[in-house]
Amino acid sequence: MSDPEFEWIDGDRPQLMLRGDWAVATIGGIDGQLRKFAETHSDKGLATVNVEALTKLDTAGAFIIDRTLRALSEGEPGLTGANDEVADLLAQAREIATREEHAPPVDEPGHGFVDLLERTGRGAEHMWDEALETLSFFGGTLAAVSDIVIRPAQMRWTALVSVMEEAGLDAVPIIAFLSFFVGMVVAFIGATALAEFGASIFVVEMVGIGVLRELGGVLVAIIIAGRTNSAFTAQIGAMKMRQEVDAMQTLGLDAMHVIVAPRVIAMVIMLPVLTFVGMLAGLAGGVVVGWLALDINPTVFFNRLQEYVPISQFWIGMSKAPVFGLAIALIGCRQGLEVGGSVQSLGEHTTKSVVQAIFAIIVIDALFALLYMELDI
Amino acid sequence: MSPEIAIRVRGLKTAYGNHVVHENLDLDVRAGEVMGVIGPSGCGKSVLLRAIVGLKKPSEGEVDVFGTDVMSLFGEDYATLQKLWGIMFQDGALFSNLTVQENVMVPMKEHADLPLKLMKELADQKLKMSGLEAWTGCKYPSDLSGGMRKRAALARAMALDPPLLFLDEPTAGLDPITATGFDQLIRELQKSLGLTVFLVTHDVDTLAVTCDRIAVLGEQKVIAVGTMDELRREPHPWIQDYFGGPRGRGAAMGAG
Repeated sequence: MSDPEFEWIDGDRPQLMLRGDWAVATIGGIDGQLRKFAETHSDKGLATVNVEALTKLDTAGAFIIDRTLRALSEGEPGLTGANDEVADLLAQAREIATREEHAPPVDEPGHGFVDLLERTGRGAEHMWDEALETLSFFGGTLAAVSDIVIRPAQMRWTALVSVMEEAGLDAVPIIAFLSFFVGMVVAFIGATALAEFGASIFVVEMVGIGVLRELGGVLVAIIIAGRTNSAFTAQIGAMKMRQEVDAMQTLGLDAMHVIVAPRVIAMVIMLPVLTFVGMLAGLAGGVVVGWLALDINPTVFFNRLQEYVPISQFWIGMSKAPVFGLAIALIGCRQGLEVGGSVQSLGEHTTKSVVQAIFAIIVIDALFALLYMELDI
Repeated sequence: MSPEIAIRVRGLKTAYGNHVVHENLDLDVRAGEVMGVIGPSGCGKSVLLRAIVGLKKPSEGEVDVFGTDVMSLFGEDYATLQKLWGIMFQDGALFSNLTVQENVMVPMKEHADLPLKLMKELADQKLKMSGLEAWTGCKYPSDLSGGMRKRAALARAMALDPPLLFLDEPTAGLDPITATGFDQLIRELQKSLGLTVFLVTHDVDTLAVTCDRIAVLGEQKVIAVGTMDELRREPHPWIQDYFGGPRGRGAAMGAG
């Protein structure tokens, strides 16, 4: 392999000598020199190009030679010492470089103050649209679900059961495990704080109310948002990318019925079940800490729990679960259906889906807290 | 003197589980020729391509590309061999998170030492060469039509002017005029650069216009190899049906 070289030979008929390998692997080093050379010699009236000593040429080499020639002279300079292949490659490069283009006009995004205002406006409008679309998606889902309730024959039972298993049953171990530990942590914190007042026994109320009213439901919903939401979005998004959703629609299958409704129904059924599991595990965590660290006998614990923690706390916690399930499934499915053609958009929407779901869970929980406070429960 | 062999496949056996795709398959592709590979759907044309470039590990047999055993290579040596070939996959396989221009620049960035500006110019040149307009370079693959993606994939395969080009169904799904342009482009490049082309296709017109020789796959091996005229005289029923069918006859008339 020899490096490419060029030489300008002045005279009546100025000549450009080219030597060496002009190929993609070798031209990297000479590109800068050649550009400068083309600028300084553009008015010298190049007459011929001598390629006798050219040892190798490929389309990249032809491109860079042709680019230089176009800069050096307006017409086509004579070519000496070229064999057929070299002449063909150079002719092809010239043809390609001078081919007319019909590019559509491109709007360059600006960076001024007005553009900033414009982008802000668009962003605000986009947020409003997003909220509207989520609402309309919610409406569409409700329509599909009520349609199924009226005519149960339309229900995809297999899909429903399979989602219930994947997103519900399979999540039981992780939910029980994490809830158990959170219950333990609450009991420990309570024990240290309450021991100062000599009121360790109140740990029962603390664990009971904390786990039943708030932690059980919210913890389960957040775990499911991370675990199942991403799965929903990725599954549906991949179907969208491979045009499976389009194929469904052309076959007369409504995506709302086939994809969204089973997932929504499954989640609305399964989240209360999982929440119940989470609550039991959380209480068990409290019992274990009470027994081992605080000398509160399990019998004492449960007696006190029955006496001082009203059953309404349990129902408050359970009442939130189906709403969380609905929000999680809706957001997961909607983001999945929003996925465009690229892998990047799949990743973006999966992230969005999990973030929006967790956001929704916290906001819904706060709204419930306000509601029950007003109701004095 | 026998011509130099670019790809030599000997006793190849590939299998997916219990399903044997090829058994005892031999094939030679000479340097500087366009070898067309045809065969019924599902006979393993694409699998053969994958086996040659080292994407599918065969159960038995050996594959030599330019005299090196593909199976025995890894790391640096494999990368050196990779510089020698460009592959265009059936559905393009463009990287969807890169623009079309960046897609074409990937092999250049990886294997050649070029200034960024020149790389961009060369990418535009390759795009134009494969029949796209340079402004499509700033689009993402998902914004392009199927035919445009194919051309972009060809541009990426040719980015380094590799001496060996693998094309998997390059003209499938293209309109006849575009397909003809594609055929001519392959032929022109092959002539001016002395490329070796391994071309998997179903398109009889492509075979007639571009291929020097044609290999027919079937029954887990190569049934016949030869020029189009030689294959026409081959008694094998599938080959007779292939070239004797309405499409085959039309292409023969067009080429003759």
